[in-house]
Order: sequence, then C-alpha cells, then structure tokens
Amino acid sequence: MKKHSPILALAILIIFPMVVKSHYHQHLMILFLMWVVIGSGWNVIAGFTGQVSFGDAAFFGTGAYTAGLFATKLGLSAWWGMVFGGVAAMAIAFPFGWICFRLRGAYFALATLALNEIFRHAATIWESLTDGMVGILIMQTFVSKIPYYYIALGLAVISVLTVQIVMGSKWGYYFVSIREDQDAAESLGIHTHFYKMISLNIAAFLTGMAGALFMNYMGFIDPEVVFSLHDISIMAILVGIVGGVGTVYGPVVGAFIMVGVHEFFRTGFFGVFEGIASITGIEFLNVVDKYVGHAHVLGFGILVVLVILLLPNGVVGDWDKLVGSLIPIKKKGAMV
Amino acid sequence: MSFFEIKNLVKQFGGLTAVNDVSFEVKKGQIFGLIGPNGSGKTTIFNLISSYYPLTSGNIIFKDQDISGFKTYKTCKSGIGRTFQVVKPLGRLSVLDNVIAAAFSAVKTKHEARDVALETLEFCSLHHRKDVLAKSLPIGDRKRLEIARAMATKPELLLLDETAAGLNPSELEGAIDLIRKIRDKGVTIIIVEHIMKVIMTISDHIHAINFGQTIAEGTPKEVASNPAVIKAYLGEEYAQG
Repeated sequence: MKKHSPILALAILIIFPMVVKSHYHQHLMILFLMWVVIGSGWNVIAGFTGQVSFGDAAFFGTGAYTAGLFATKLGLSAWWGMVFGGVAAMAIAFPFGWICFRLRGAYFALATLALNEIFRHAATIWESLTDGMVGILIMQTFVSKIPYYYIALGLAVISVLTVQIVMGSKWGYYFVSIREDQDAAESLGIHTHFYKMISLNIAAFLTGMAGALFMNYMGFIDPEVVFSLHDISIMAILVGIVGGVGTVYGPVVGAFIMVGVHEFFRTGFFGVFEGIASITGIEFLNVVDKYVGHAHVLGFGILVVLVILLLPNGVVGDWDKLVGSLIPIKKKGAMV
Repeated sequence: MSFFEIKNLVKQFGGLTAVNDVSFEVKKGQIFGLIGPNGSGKTTIFNLISSYYPLTSGNIIFKDQDISGFKTYKTCKSGIGRTFQVVKPLGRLSVLDNVIAAAFSAVKTKHEARDVALETLEFCSLHHRKDVLAKSLPIGDRKRLEIARAMATKPELLLLDETAAGLNPSELEGAIDLIRKIRDKGVTIIIVEHIMKVIMTISDHIHAINFGQTIAEGTPKEVASNPAVIKAYLGEEYAQG
C-alpha cells in the first residue's frame, strides 16, 4: 500500500482538474504543486544536507523577477523564465555558497536570512530595473487554470523524481554524511564544500523555477510578495518540517497541509466566523474574522510547536507512529 | 625514498607550542606506535597529518609527495585513512550506509561501493550489525565502525587514534586482533594509544613524545626502559631506579 501511494497520488492529481471544475480549488492545487517544488528544493539543502536555509525567497524571487524581466525588458515570453529563472537563482547560490559555506549550523542559517533581506531591499530600491514597489505586471498566457495546473504538476513530478534519484546516488550519501558529521565526512574523502555547493545549487534551481512559474501564473509580482520572509522562506521551512525533514515525499505532504492551513487562516477558518455572524447578527464575529485572517503566521508558529513536539520527524517520517496513535485497534490486531 | 615521513613538524596555537620540531619516518608495513602522556601532542600530530589543522611549519611526505597543505578530503584520497579519538559515527545512518559513504572515495558506482562496504564490515566483524543505526551502537562497536569506515576508503596508511580506549578486556583482545589483521593486509598503521598492553604488544617501532617534543624512540623494549619515558609517565623518582 505504502509503496503504491505515490503512483495513486499522481493518478488522482492527473484526474483532479477534469473532475473538479471550481477555479478556487484548482487555484489552491496549483499553489500546492508549486510548494511541492519549493519544499523539495529546501529539503535537499536543509533536510538532507543539514544546511538550514532561511532564505529560499531570495531564489524564489530571483526566479520570478527573471521571468518578469524577460517579458517587460526583453519583450520575450515570460516562460523563458522557467529555465533562466532557475539558472539565475543558481547564479546567486554559487557565490553565496562559495563564501558562506565556511559558516556552519546557525551561522549559515543567519547568512541565508541576510541574503533574503538583501534581495528584498535590492528589488525594492533598484527601481530602474524592477520598478520597485510598483511591481511587475505581465499578460497571462492562458485564461483557463488547467494549463498552469499541468505545468505545475510536471514541475512537481520532476522535482520529486530529481530528489529521489539524487538521494539514491553517491551525492545522496555524501549530502547525508555532511548533515550527520561534517568533520567525519571530510575525513572520509568527501569534499564537503563542493558537495554543499552542489546541494545548494539544486535547491536554488528548483526554487527559481517555482518562482518563474509563480510569475507566469499570477501575472503580478512585487518585492513584498516574492521576497517575503514569512510567506516564502518560512513557509518553505514549514513545508519541510511538517512533511518530514529528509524524506523524499515529505514536501508533498507538507505542501498539501501547509497550503490548506494557510488558506484556513486566510479565509477565517473557511468563513466560519463570517457565516455565524451573518446568521446570528453578532458584529463582533466579523472583527474576529478579520484578525484571524491576519494571524496566519501565529497559527503557523503553533503548528510548528505541535509538530516538533508530537511528530519530530514530520508526517511522512513519523507516519507509522501517526497511524498507530490514530487507529489503536489496528495495532492490537497486528500483535495477535 | 621513504613511505611516510614527517619533518620538523611545528604547530603553534597562539602562544602555545603544541608540537615542537617532531620528525619521524614510518616504513611500509610497520605498526608505528606514538605514545606520550595526556596533552603531549599525539592527537595534534594526527590532526596535522590529516590537515585538520594547518601546519605552522614542517613537511609531511607520503610516497615521495609533499602532502602538507592538502585539504582533509584530499589527504584521504591520497591514501591516508584516519579514525577519531572521540568517535564520529554518522548517527542517523545505518552501519552499512556509514561504510558505503566512505567506500565511494575508493570506487565509483553504488553497486561497487556496497560490495566494498559489505566486505569491509565482514573483515571488521561488524557484519551482524549492518542494519543498525550507528547512533545506537555500543562504544566497542562504534570504535570498530570508525575503523571499518576508514578501511573502506582503501588506505595505504591508517591513523588509529586511541581505538582501544574505553574497551573491556575481551573487546581489547578483539581490537588487537583486528589491528594485526589490517597490518597483514598490507596497510601501514600509525597508532596512538594509552593502554600500554596494546601498544607494547603490537608495535614494531615506538616514538615517545612529551610537551610536543620527541623524548625517545626505538623498539617497544628500548622505549619502555628509557629513563625519559619512565619519568614522563611515572615521575622523577621512578626514573632513577
């Protein structure tokens, strides 16, 4: 059952837009698939290689802006950004990793945080290139959401397969060795600096592609959206942690849960307050609704605390534990 | 023409000279013992050989090549394996995966790496533990894992840093056997050890240091009866008797 669940999930995802015609739900699924890509990237560098990144938005935003600038400055299709966005993100990752992989643990994480902020400010201030806070607006290619859905699905499948292939190879062994003990890895003949660079560049490429997809799909970006610390960088970490750090399918499950949770807060618990307010006429609930929408970061925080306490290896990593505690009868049956 | 040689090795940490002008030569196929009281600079010498620290001055020659200034991973690739005094297992990997990761520096494909790893585990008598997570191993097996990992990189020279410390008497016998087996395989060994029983029984040649300086060298017998060594280990009054 467990072995076939990825194929089953893929089949459901392929059929999904044919069955569910609601634009709203299709939109959420596109976001979910985009987060699978970003989460997979984060998982390579942070989950498997152990170099925690707080700066995924730098790569995401670079990818998005590359796509946007292809359209506005060069007059080419923004779809070129799907390749060149990833390459541009790698062009950022390369010098950054070269310099900052001298740092370890929390110090490296702080450097990534700084990278995030540098790019957000640069994109805001450099108005001649990026139009600053005005942002970039392009014409979307398709009216329907379905083409975007399948492009996003393709990217998500490529990301998960890439991670699976890489982690089964020599690189995978090297990444995990570096995570477990960098000094031991180095003494076993592993050029740790070089392999950390490879890992970061894989992550940057995937995240940059996701950024380009976001530009093409949304048609509008500004620095506060694509270089956002809490909506991109922290969200990427949450997708990784909730799904399961260092598991191939963790980001898939994590992305599904996090996009759901994000939407749950954004809509004020799926409009539950608004609904009750309109039935009972209690004005106070409308106020609650407004604040719940703004409190999604707080909700994320509580969720992370719960996940770390109860499922330290994430939903995928602790799957057996999760199933065992939800269905105690099944456990007893297995013992007989 | 020498197999392995260090010349006038000096290492200063700020004002402290941890290793002061130490030179020695190791012949191919030897078990070379490095002894000295706590803090005398033995592990520092290992860390200098494997380029864990940069040298202050001196040269390290391995197979007629000056390897001083190599990066740590390159030292390993050139054929020098090492173990750590404070063991560094890759905790959340299985014992087999620990050794596979190491084997990749000797062979190319995953299939070959797995074969080398299984062979090495068999050789180090860790085969029955191959699917256990490294972090759940007891200390005796962790020390063996250190050796297995270093051996999987197919070294010509192996640096063993206190492999026998913390082992019980029967594990100690096992460790001595394993070290001899490695030597019989044609791997030259430099061993740092506190347990005299181990070092005196297996070494072909011993080099004693104290305060980062050479105080004696020779066969185990010669070194054991050297007054300077007795003084360093037991104190002034024993040296006269």
